[in-house]
Amino acid sequence: MGAEFVQLSLTPLVIAVLAAVTCAMPGNFLILRRQALIGDAISHVVLPGIVVGFIITGSVTTWPMMLGAGAAALIAVAMIEAIKRLGKIEPGAAMGVAFTAMFAAGVLLLEQSNTASVHLDVEHALFGNLESLIWFDGLGWASLLDPSALAQLPPELFRMASVAVIMIIATILFWRPLVMATFDEAFAASVGIPVNLLSLMLVVFAAIAAVAAFDAVGSIIVIAMFICPPATARLLTDRMGVQVLISALVAAVCAVVGYVVAGYAPLWLGFDNSVSASGMIATVSGVALGLAVAFGPRRRQVAG
Amino acid sequence: MFRSMENPFAKPILVASEGEPVAPDPAIDEAALTVRGLTVAYGGSPVIFSIDMTAPQGTMTAIVGPNGAGKSTLLKGVLGLVPALSGKAAVFGAPLAAARHRIAYVPQRAGIDWDFPVRVADVVAMGLYRELGLLGRVSGQRRAKIVSALERVGMAAFADRQIGQLSGGQQQRVFLARALAQDADLILLDEPFAGVDAATEKAIVNVLRELRDAGKTVVVVHHDLTTVAEYFDRVFVINTRKIAEGSVAEAFTADALHAAYGGRLASAQLSELRAPAA
Amino acid sequence: MEAFVAALTFSAGYNAALVVIGATLFGAAAAASGTFLVLRRQALMTDAIAHATLPGLAIAFMVMVAAGFDGRNLLGLLIGSAISALIGVVAVDVIVKRTRLMEDAAIGAVLSVFFGFGVVLLTIVQSMSAGRQAGLEGFLLGSTAGMLRADAMLIAVSAAVVGVLLFVLRRPLTLVAFDPQYAAGQGVKVRLMDLVATAMVLAVTVIGLKLVGLILVVALLIIPPVAARFWTNDISKVLFLSALFGGSSGYVGAALSASAPALPTGSLVVLSAFAIFVVSLVFSTQRGVLAALLRRRALAVRVHRRQGLLALAAGEPIYDAMTIKVLRRDGVIRPDGVMTDNGRAAVAEIRRDELRWSMAPSVLGDDAVPAQRDALTPADEAFTPDQIALIDAEAQRLAVV
Repeated sequence: MGAEFVQLSLTPLVIAVLAAVTCAMPGNFLILRRQALIGDAISHVVLPGIVVGFIITGSVTTWPMMLGAGAAALIAVAMIEAIKRLGKIEPGAAMGVAFTAMFAAGVLLLEQSNTASVHLDVEHALFGNLESLIWFDGLGWASLLDPSALAQLPPELFRMASVAVIMIIATILFWRPLVMATFDEAFAASVGIPVNLLSLMLVVFAAIAAVAAFDAVGSIIVIAMFICPPATARLLTDRMGVQVLISALVAAVCAVVGYVVAGYAPLWLGFDNSVSASGMIATVSGVALGLAVAFGPRRRQVAG
Repeated sequence: MFRSMENPFAKPILVASEGEPVAPDPAIDEAALTVRGLTVAYGGSPVIFSIDMTAPQGTMTAIVGPNGAGKSTLLKGVLGLVPALSGKAAVFGAPLAAARHRIAYVPQRAGIDWDFPVRVADVVAMGLYRELGLLGRVSGQRRAKIVSALERVGMAAFADRQIGQLSGGQQQRVFLARALAQDADLILLDEPFAGVDAATEKAIVNVLRELRDAGKTVVVVHHDLTTVAEYFDRVFVINTRKIAEGSVAEAFTADALHAAYGGRLASAQLSELRAPAA
Repeated sequence: MEAFVAALTFSAGYNAALVVIGATLFGAAAAASGTFLVLRRQALMTDAIAHATLPGLAIAFMVMVAAGFDGRNLLGLLIGSAISALIGVVAVDVIVKRTRLMEDAAIGAVLSVFFGFGVVLLTIVQSMSAGRQAGLEGFLLGSTAGMLRADAMLIAVSAAVVGVLLFVLRRPLTLVAFDPQYAAGQGVKVRLMDLVATAMVLAVTVIGLKLVGLILVVALLIIPPVAARFWTNDISKVLFLSALFGGSSGYVGAALSASAPALPTGSLVVLSAFAIFVVSLVFSTQRGVLAALLRRRALAVRVHRRQGLLALAAGEPIYDAMTIKVLRRDGVIRPDGVMTDNGRAAVAEIRRDELRWSMAPSVLGDDAVPAQRDALTPADEAFTPDQIALIDAEAQRLAVV
C-alpha cells in the first residue's frame, strides 16, 4: 500500500478506529445497566443542536456545531432524567418522548432557518463524512515523519484522538466504582459510592463520545459502536476487563473492515462508486454481533 | 403525666445527619445502631412509621414481620438508600456518613444480574473498596484478606468462578464473604437465608455467631419465625410500626407476633414457636 | 392566525384539508397502536421498527427499477419496508430469547445495524441512474405537504382498519398488555395478540414513513400513550385518551403547518403531542408532578404531626426540626416549646386513637383489622362508628376494672 493509501485512507481509517473505540468504552457499562439506548437518544438530538448552533452563530464551522450538539445532548439527558423521575416513566418511554420531541424541534428550526448549507450538514451528521477526511499533504509513509505535512492532518484526527484518550483514562480511573455500582447498586451506595452522580457521569461521558464522534463519522456509527462491539464481547467472555478489551478490539476491527469493504468491494463488484463507509462499519458490526449470537461461547444466560 | 411537659425539647435534638456533634447520650453512644423516629414512605403512605430501634454492641438481632411490613425498608432507611420523611439513625453514636467504614451491608440477592461479568474473587474484593479507593491494587495482604474471607464461608475453591455459575446458596455465601472483607463492626443483612440450601444456612449462621462472639453487632432481616429463637439473641418485631423489641424471651411473644401478623399466623403455630423461645 | 383557523375548519383549500384530515386520522391510529407497546414497556421497539424499514425501502426501489417499473411506487416501497422491519422485529426477538443480552441492547443493535445497512444501500441507489431523483431521503424526515389524494386515502383506510382491529381486540390486547400470564390463563392467545399489536405498529410505522418520516413516527407511537397514562390507570381509558391525544395532535399540528410556510407538518404534529405530554406531566391530578408534590408535602405534614403528637404523648424528646415546625404551626406547642391547651387536647386524642388501634383486633377480631396497617389513618376513619363504640365500651370496662 503506497502513497495513495496514506493520502486518502490512512486518516479516515485512524479516525474511524478512534471513534469506534471511544464509543465502545462507555457502551460496555451502558449495556450492563440496560441503558444501551441512551446512545440512540443522544444521536438523535445532535440534529437540533447543530441547527441551533448554526442559528446562533450563523456559521457552519465545526465548533458551533459541536457545542450546539453537546448542549443538546446534555439537555436531552436532563430531560430524560426529569421525565423518568418526575413522571415515574420507564426509561425507554422517557427517552422516546424526549429525543423525538427534540428531533421534531430540530426539523422545525431547520425548515425555519431555511438554509441549504445547513441541510447539507444534516446528512453529514447522520451519515458522517469519513471519506472526505483526506490528508492532502500525506504524500507517502515518509510524510509521517515530516512536521510540515503532519501539521496539515485533518483537525478531526486530533479531536477524536484527545476524546479517545480522555475516555480511556476515565474508564480506568472510575473502573472500580463503576463496576461496583453497575453490579450491585445498593451495596455500592452502602460503602459511600455516589451512585446517582456516577450514573449521571457515565451518561455525560457517553454524550461526549457521541458528540465527538458524530462530527467525524456520523451518528449511525455512534449508535452501532455504543452497542454492537460491547454486546459482541458480552457473548464471548465472563470477565469485565476482558470484555472491555474485546469490545475495543471488535470496534477497531469493524472500523477497518467496514471502511475497506465500503471503499473497495463495490469496485470489485463492478460498481463505479464506493458506498457509505459509516453505514458499512455499522453493518459489519452487526455481522460481528450476529456471529457472536450464533456461536459466542458465553451467549447463553447462566442464571435465570 | 408528661415527664417533659415543661419543655419537651430540653433534651437536645439528635443531630446525626446534620453533622454537629451528637449531644452526650450514653445510650446512643454505646449502641452499635440507634434509630429514632424513622419514617419512610413510598407513594402515599408510610412503609415504616416512627421507628425507634437500638442494637446494642455484641448482639445478634432478627428483624421480623409479615411481608410488606417494612423490614428491608428499615435497613435501607438506616443506610440512607431510601429517603426518610423524618427521623435519624446513628451508628456507634456517629452520623452515618462518618461511620460508613464500620458498616457492612448484604443486600437481597433478588435484583442482581447474575450474568454480570465478575468472578467470585472480584465480588469479595468489592468489600475492600474503602481501603482500595479508585486505583489501589489488590495485592499481597489484601489478596490474603479475600482468600480468608472466602475460606470462612467455605468458598475458597470457587474464587475464579463467574458469579452466575454458583448456586443461590453459594452466591449468598460470597456476598457474606464480601461483608467479611469489609471488616466492619456492624453487619446488616437483608434476608440472607432466602432461597438458600440448609448447609448454607448453617454455615452463614455459624459465621454470624463468630462475628457476634468477637464483639461485632449483627442485624438480620429474617422471615422464618421457627428459627428466630435458635439463631438470635434479640428480636425486633415490625409491622409498619414497631411492635416489640428486646431479647428473644422479652419480645418474641405470642402477643407481639399476633399484633404483627394478625390472624394470618394461626395460634397453634404461635404456641409452637413459643416453646423454643421459653 | 386566520390561516390557522381556516385550516382548522377545513376551509384553507382542498389540499390543506386533506392533510389535516389525514394527519388527524393517522395521529389517532398511531397513538392507539403504540399504546400496547408503551404499556408493555417496549416503547423503543417502535424505534427499532422504524429504523429497520430503511434497507427494505432501498431494496424495494432497486428491485422495482431492475424489473422495469417506476422505483417510486409507494405501495412497492411500503411492502419492502414492512418486510425489512419484520425481519428487524424477529432479530430483536431472537437476540433476547437466545442470548443473555437485554432487550434494550437488542433493540439498539438492530436499529443501528439495519439503519447503517440501509444507508449503504441508499448510497448505491443514489449512484444508480434512476436513483438520483428517487427522493428516498424524504422518508427520513417525511413530506406531508406533498400528500396526494391517493396517499390520504391509503392513510384513511389503514387508520380505519387499525381502529376496527383495536376496537374488536381491545379486551384480549389489554389483558396481554397488563398481565400476559393471567391472559394466557384466561385462554387468550398471547403470542397471537403480541403479533397483532406488533403488526399494527409496523403498519402504522410504514404508512407514517411517507407522512412524517421514520423518526417522527416513533414520536406519535410513544408520546400520546405516555401522556394518556398520566390521567388514568384504566387501560381502556388509556387507549381512548391516547387516540384522542394523537388525533388532536395531528389535527392541530397539521392546521398550524398549513397556516404559514416553512412549518413542516410532522414536526408540528409531534410538538403538539409533546405539549399535551408536558401539560399531562405537570398538571395531571392522578400522576402529575404538581399533584405528587402537593401529596408528598401533605403526607410529610401528616407524618410529622402524628409523630410529634405521639412523642409528646409518650413524653419522649423530639429529634426532628420539621416536626417541631409542624407542631408550632398547628398550635400544639408555643414558640418556646411549651404545650398549649389545644396541644393537650390533641395529645389526649392521639392516645385514645392509639388505644383504639391496639384494642381493635381483640374486640373486633383479626379479620376486621387491615393486615397492612396504615400508620396515619385515625381509628375512627378506619372503622365504622358502631365498631368504634364497641372498642370504646371495652376500653371503659377495662379502665373501670
